[in-house]
Amino acid sequence: MAVPVFSRRASVSSPVPESSLGRGRRDIESWGRYPHGAHRRVLRAWWSDQVPACLANAGPASILPGGLRRSYGDSCLNFGRDLLDCTPLDRFLFADFQRGILRCEAGVTLHEILRMVVPRGWFLPVLPGTAHVTLGGAIANDIHGKNHHRQGSIGRHLRQLMLSRSDAPELLCSPNSEIELFRATIGGLGLTGVILWAEMQLKPVSSPWLLARKSVFKSLDEFFYLTAQNDDSEEYTVAWLDGFARSDPQGVFFSASHAPAPVENHSGEASLQRHAFPVARGIPGQCLNPWTIRLFNAAYRNYQERSTRTKLIHYRSFFFPLDSLDNWNRIYGRGGLVQYQCLLPEDPGILRRLLAKISISGQVSFLMVLKRFGNLASPGILAFPRPGLTLALDFPMRGRRTLQLLDELDAIVLPCGGALYPAKDARMSRAAFQSSFPNWRRFRAAIDPKCSSSFWRRVTEW
Amino acid sequence: MKKIVILGALSAIARQVARQIVGHDVEMLLVGRSPRRLAELRRDLQLRGSKRVEIFQADLENLEEQRAAYEYARRQLVDFDVLLLAYGALLDPKSAVCDSQWVTRQLTVNFVSAAAALTLFAEHFEKRMEGCLAAITSVAGDRGRPANYVYGSAKGGLALFLQGLRARLHPCGVSVITIKPGPVDTPMTEFFQPRRLLARPESVAAEIVRALERRRPAVLYTPAYWRPLMAGIRALPEPIMRRLQI
Repeated sequence: MAVPVFSRRASVSSPVPESSLGRGRRDIESWGRYPHGAHRRVLRAWWSDQVPACLANAGPASILPGGLRRSYGDSCLNFGRDLLDCTPLDRFLFADFQRGILRCEAGVTLHEILRMVVPRGWFLPVLPGTAHVTLGGAIANDIHGKNHHRQGSIGRHLRQLMLSRSDAPELLCSPNSEIELFRATIGGLGLTGVILWAEMQLKPVSSPWLLARKSVFKSLDEFFYLTAQNDDSEEYTVAWLDGFARSDPQGVFFSASHAPAPVENHSGEASLQRHAFPVARGIPGQCLNPWTIRLFNAAYRNYQERSTRTKLIHYRSFFFPLDSLDNWNRIYGRGGLVQYQCLLPEDPGILRRLLAKISISGQVSFLMVLKRFGNLASPGILAFPRPGLTLALDFPMRGRRTLQLLDELDAIVLPCGGALYPAKDARMSRAAFQSSFPNWRRFRAAIDPKCSSSFWRRVTEW
Repeated sequence: MKKIVILGALSAIARQVARQIVGHDVEMLLVGRSPRRLAELRRDLQLRGSKRVEIFQADLENLEEQRAAYEYARRQLVDFDVLLLAYGALLDPKSAVCDSQWVTRQLTVNFVSAAAALTLFAEHFEKRMEGCLAAITSVAGDRGRPANYVYGSAKGGLALFLQGLRARLHPCGVSVITIKPGPVDTPMTEFFQPRRLLARPESVAAEIVRALERRRPAVLYTPAYWRPLMAGIRALPEPIMRRLQI
């Protein structure tokens, strides 16, 4: 009577499902959804007092602490080994709104921080392109923003942080104590141990509104002129490049500063999108092809050329336009995307060569963003931002063809003293990493012997 | 909701509930086992703008400590109108199904101590003639399954207990809510696969808060699709259920 599948004997041999921990997790991916692989286990730290035990029980070079995995490549992955998910460490620990000092656990997102501090007249000194990153991740990648020329990277605004390492359960690092570890942890890609909490200096602002301006530029020289003119007077500057411009890059230059007086009951507040629009799973990768990208770029440019030049805009719309789409990375389909963010000397010739190389290849970047870094140095040993230009590109991942193009771009960027940004990288070679970060050996000395990542093994091991 | 006592406040769902009612101008008493974590949680809630947060350290498995927590609540909050019982333990099912000590402990934490606590606090609400008692049970209590029938029977028993208590307190105008979450992404379900089926503690907490405010429904399934799903599973005839091994 009994069908074999329902046989009673099976239940006796396995009364309970085998714990999934042993089976590996294939569902973990970074924001670029490339590369793919399986992790052995994903541990989770629900309270900071559990972290030392997690590290103590880990094998050598086996664990990587992580946050929301908004890094594009494999710097937040640890294939074949363990991840320590720190996102439940999301408590605020201390705040002094007289002096603008905030201390919170590493899993708190920038979104949560802004929600807490903006109504009290404070602002994060550095903001990336999304609010959905954790503070720990922001520190581990030493993030920079549109105000790099004014404020530098986030590492400059840290007062102290608590690090948990396999050899020391709690270690207070600051510019005055454990200086080397402090500097290694900033931009340290999570390899120096687990950041339990961090304390930073906030920036006072008069309102959550920004006065934004934009100008269309028709050549690189115009861009340099605009950036030179605006970087002194404006807090935030960034440029969008039209991916299909012919010989000379064209685009739109955005600049903004905080609106001076509090804007009460501005009608715009109500119009802000409450919920992010979800992007469906399983969009075919072919949806993003040179034709649709061209269409998007043309439409975007057309819109920017016609819309108002100066307007009052809420900080969320200005900094996080893509946060209004939930999981926008799914637009790229199964194959995912690769980002390419490099640092270039301020030489229009090199930038032109780079863009020419891309246009010859026939591959198209969906978004191209250009920004001039200021000369405020970061304390991080592995810090990416340095004086020069930074260009960010994102390509739909099309296998070998795409990787080959990026290697060719490396050949232009690196010989002239450029660098690549690990947070966005999924493919740089050992040589490329080591030439981008000449200090990497000094950094290696500060790594926690129990920590490692796919990225780190790729760029340092044979 | 003006004053709330949360038993097992360090559980992932209770923490989210506490965080979400911060804006509602509520005074709270958080009861849990670890003083360090309770202090951390209180600091966080205060910084998020909570009106008043009291903490009390107690191991609620112990009936004396339960009573101490009750008396502390009566002393500090005096006239609390909501109780949320949020603790529970799903012991590692791998360790021992055939170990009677393991079974006893599972039943003690999830049923015996919870029923005792509810009885204790019911006294307060009965006198008050108003208020809301809520306890987190589980969809696992709706049907015995090979994977977790020990935990399930404790939670199922608690659901039955709450049903009786609800009927008893009905004439006094006190509402009793049975909360039945599906699997939620908390430390309790670390071994659960596939992960995609886990509900987020934030959304479960949001539904709990809504129920506490409205004082209904009597039985809250969260996420809501568990109600028809469990109705279906409960309706499966025993011989089929036994052979399905789900």
